Amino acid sequence: MVTTPALPDEQRARRIAAEVPDPELPMLTLADLGVLREVRTTPDGTVVASLTPTYSGCPAMAEMRADVAARLHAAGFAQVEIRTVLDPPWSTDRISPEGRRKLREHGIAPPGRAPRKAAGPVPLVLGATRQAVPCPRCGSTDTEQTSRFSATACRSLWRCHACLEPFEHVKEL
Amino acid sequence: MSSTEAADDDHVYLSLAEGHDDGDARWAFGTGFSDPLHGVDTAVPDAVDGSALAAVCLALGDDALVASQRLAEWCTRAPELEEEVALANIGLDLLGQARMLYARCGQVDGTDRREDAYAYFRAPADFRNVALVELPNGDFALSIARLLILSTWRLALLSRLAGTSDPVLAAIAAKAVPELTYHRQYAADWVVRLGDGTEESHRRMRAALRELAPYVEELLTATGDTVPGILAAPDTGTEAVREETLGVLRQVLAAAGLDLPERPAAPYRGRGGEHTEHLAPLLEELQSVAREHPEATW
Repeated sequence: MVTTPALPDEQRARRIAAEVPDPELPMLTLADLGVLREVRTTPDGTVVASLTPTYSGCPAMAEMRADVAARLHAAGFAQVEIRTVLDPPWSTDRISPEGRRKLREHGIAPPGRAPRKAAGPVPLVLGATRQAVPCPRCGSTDTEQTSRFSATACRSLWRCHACLEPFEHVKEL
Repeated sequence: MSSTEAADDDHVYLSLAEGHDDGDARWAFGTGFSDPLHGVDTAVPDAVDGSALAAVCLALGDDALVASQRLAEWCTRAPELEEEVALANIGLDLLGQARMLYARCGQVDGTDRREDAYAYFRAPADFRNVALVELPNGDFALSIARLLILSTWRLALLSRLAGTSDPVLAAIAAKAVPELTYHRQYAADWVVRLGDGTEESHRRMRAALRELAPYVEELLTATGDTVPGILAAPDTGTEAVREETLGVLRQVLAAAGLDLPERPAAPYRGRGGEHTEHLAPLLEELQSVAREHPEATW
């Protein structure tokens, strides 16, 4: 009979925390989304998990913290500490390739590269600057933004002229 | 305990109940699940003056909270659903910024208060927001023009505070920068669209700017009051924030076929607690549930 060697606690805790789904984009795990920064164990056996908020006002942050703690408790970790990490701030660039694939599969256009931060004032561009967001259903780039905001802070609304379907896009941040 | 059922349960409320074993009761209102800076290192560097830092956090937190409340008033009243969602989302970002700023303020002002104490249990005269954010919403043009002015100034200031010597305020500011960039873009697009739109939309946007112009100076002057000693270098200080703010406003208004009329400054000093008559009723509504049931938990 083959026995699987038990994983060290830290590795097991990391795996459990990484698999917690995001409350608002449940097709993604917290690891896919890049909000799980670190999971480690202290010498006294406490699991310390660090999360970073997506947006300042993200209402899902409390749920994420509670979900991670609950899953770790349920897996037998008695002492769990959840920390918030603000620096460096979260960016959509932290969404994993796997996360991007899952978003596309669920009809949500993944973000492009987040704008680079240059020195000096943040530039403001006026006028028609059309960003090419490919339709997650048919792949056409003949798409148009219908609203800068959508059901959650992290998404905008789009329409595809080729397949005529509306879709959501995770905004670059 | 090895309850795999519990591990598999995705129900948010169950998880919340289970996860909340640190003795913090949750209020029946607000989002007081836990400190928004939960687990952040709260040490204040020696070089930072705690009371000056607290004043900055309070002023910027109050601007954000009051602006957020005005934006929330658009819910069910916006001209289109898309704009309602946009205004609500912008308000939510500002509310999140306010929560973190209040939490930081409570850590450094010596009172050890939590965010809810600042939002719900202070009188109007204790608020330090500028008058611009407390003015009634008016029409869509007025709300959009205000959002442009506020987000332009706030972005100019917070992008500089991202380099400040308190690491927590710096991180809160850095986090806010992309959000404010998006708010400013949204407002700027609408100002151009309305200013360069129909005769009626142009007239309304012009009237909105005329009404708001007297409140711009307080905002720009308040930069100095807001950030005593925090912005030391001249190229990143008050004058730089003023120049950037006015420069961006000129850029947007020129594209919209408009300008910012020269008008005498309004007499209010919100940073000193001298507010318009509009703040008290706003706070009365915002604070009503918390004040009626101050110990309510669920």
